[in-house]
Amino acid sequence: MTTTKLASPSAGRRLFSSKIPAIIVWIITVVWTIPTLGLFVSSFRSKADIYASGWWTVFSHPSFTLTNYQHVLFGGSGASLSGGILPYFMNSVVITIPAVIFPVAIATMAAYALSWIRFKGSDFIFFFIFALQIVPLQMSLVPLLQLFTGGAHLGHFTIVPKLGIAGHFAGIWLPHTMFAMPLAIYLLHNFISSLPKDLMEAAHVDGANHFQVFRQIVLPLSIPALAAFAIFQFLWVWNDLLVALTFASGTEEVAPINVKLASLVGQYGSGWETLTAGAFVTIIVPLIVFFSLQRFFVRGLLAGSVK
Amino acid sequence: MGNFFDTNAPKFAQILVAIVVFFAVLGIVFFIAGRVNGKKQRPIAIVVFLGPAAVLLLAGLIIPAIQTILFSFENANSNGFVGIQNYSWMIHNPDIHHVLLNTLLWIMFTPTLTTFIGLMLAVLLDRMKRESIAKSLIFMPMAISFVGASIIWKFVYSYAGQGQPQTGLLTAVVRLFGGTGANWILSKPLNTFLLMIIFIWVQTGFAMVILSAAIKGVPADIIEAAALDGSNGWNLFRRITFPMVRSTFIVVLTTQVVVSLKLFDIVRTMTGGNFGTNVLANEMYSQVFVQFDQGRGSALAVTIFLCVTPILIYNARNLRRERQNR
Repeated sequence: MTTTKLASPSAGRRLFSSKIPAIIVWIITVVWTIPTLGLFVSSFRSKADIYASGWWTVFSHPSFTLTNYQHVLFGGSGASLSGGILPYFMNSVVITIPAVIFPVAIATMAAYALSWIRFKGSDFIFFFIFALQIVPLQMSLVPLLQLFTGGAHLGHFTIVPKLGIAGHFAGIWLPHTMFAMPLAIYLLHNFISSLPKDLMEAAHVDGANHFQVFRQIVLPLSIPALAAFAIFQFLWVWNDLLVALTFASGTEEVAPINVKLASLVGQYGSGWETLTAGAFVTIIVPLIVFFSLQRFFVRGLLAGSVK
Repeated sequence: MGNFFDTNAPKFAQILVAIVVFFAVLGIVFFIAGRVNGKKQRPIAIVVFLGPAAVLLLAGLIIPAIQTILFSFENANSNGFVGIQNYSWMIHNPDIHHVLLNTLLWIMFTPTLTTFIGLMLAVLLDRMKRESIAKSLIFMPMAISFVGASIIWKFVYSYAGQGQPQTGLLTAVVRLFGGTGANWILSKPLNTFLLMIIFIWVQTGFAMVILSAAIKGVPADIIEAAALDGSNGWNLFRRITFPMVRSTFIVVLTTQVVVSLKLFDIVRTMTGGNFGTNVLANEMYSQVFVQFDQGRGSALAVTIFLCVTPILIYNARNLRRERQNR
């Protein structure tokens, strides 16, 4: 009996468990959660209340309103954002969806080539792409912006014409797709290269070419890895500030909600009633994605870091 | 609501068109390339699968990185060679000294604190039942943007002037313990550390989740054997658990160093780099997009690159070694 008990994986650990670790963890959890709770509670308080007393007083004097959200989302009289934040929210959606789909598709293809159509130098290319994570975003911003606005020239020859996509959605999708490549290829390569070899060989014996193998075997089997990276990329694009600030002008036409929110912070007249509700509108989407798909996200992180 | 539709329908049409065109092109290329038989099939497949990624990497990272290095030796408009002038400006300018000092503080404090708190939590969680709620809540800030996190904490740090009702949590807590409170964001050098807390708050969940997975990977029988030999709590951690998760610990630590070197959003949102809180990445952005000096901005970007490189080379070598051992 004793032996079976010890053989169960957690039995040995539980030998040392006591109440103390749990208490410490719960204290830290509460400390970690309070700032977000404060923002959330305040976003439902009236402007007067926010400035008159701390948000923790609502637990003794509850009083809530939806006015902040109405003003932040739709604008209108009395709101510090005349047009509301909703257009920027939509811009974020429009920026994020293609900026997730494009890199996932292109990186999956590249990862397949590097794992299953092996050729001379494919190992080197893989390590080179991995190494490209060294290049900080900051190194790319200026030249890439110049490429978008002025094209690329060698002397009098025009290699790439003026793309004219700066300030359009395409001008944000493209940099996000580019910057995602090294990590995406690396993560997906880890997964795709570990698919069973027999499966590929059997398909090739049956006369399937690489395109058929890719579509009919690799893609369906890679869904978990694709989902993991897609969530990762989704959070990254939705939460990004630097790329959006550089490649989207701050206008209602293309700027994402995060850029708008950042500009509101420093803007005269945007008080806490605007910022709290605005921040919550911004973080609610990633939070929903995070809580509903956390398992995939963690899997993606682990694939990237523990090797 | 009609107005809402009018302004947003064209935007969503753009997504639809972009995605349809993208997959249509892929489909056509696949179809045509799939028809090719014989000797040419393999090279064509390589080009089709690897080509798009290669073009994106070349145009988006490799060429721009080289260009930025060249720009760093040119003037503000990148049309005249100025030698090492931009770098000597960095070395001699007292403002930049301060920026470098702040960046140094960031890479000294935030990665260590984040990783240590994360490790502590991972160890404690391992000895807990029903860990998942606590884990989710501590991990949650990872889903929040640095901008959102900055606003959350700006509210915690807010200070309303003497005689006014204080609604900032930090001031309230300080007063609870008999202090008076201050305009936190303006108080040097405390404000830099207050900004670091935001970073730690966001990133600790990352460190915890990764290290927690590594700890769970330590074979149970090793721990049991050590336990039977009389090892307990701290000893067990020091002798068994930590050595076995050491490589993961280093990966997490170095990742955090790299993220703090590139840190931009928190400083931009909280102070705009004012009040003595400026860091490299924010100064780089200001030089290029506020001062319109591409030369100096590029020199700062190259500096970030030079700081990041040795860390990532170290990580890549570890990765390679582990692959060979497998």
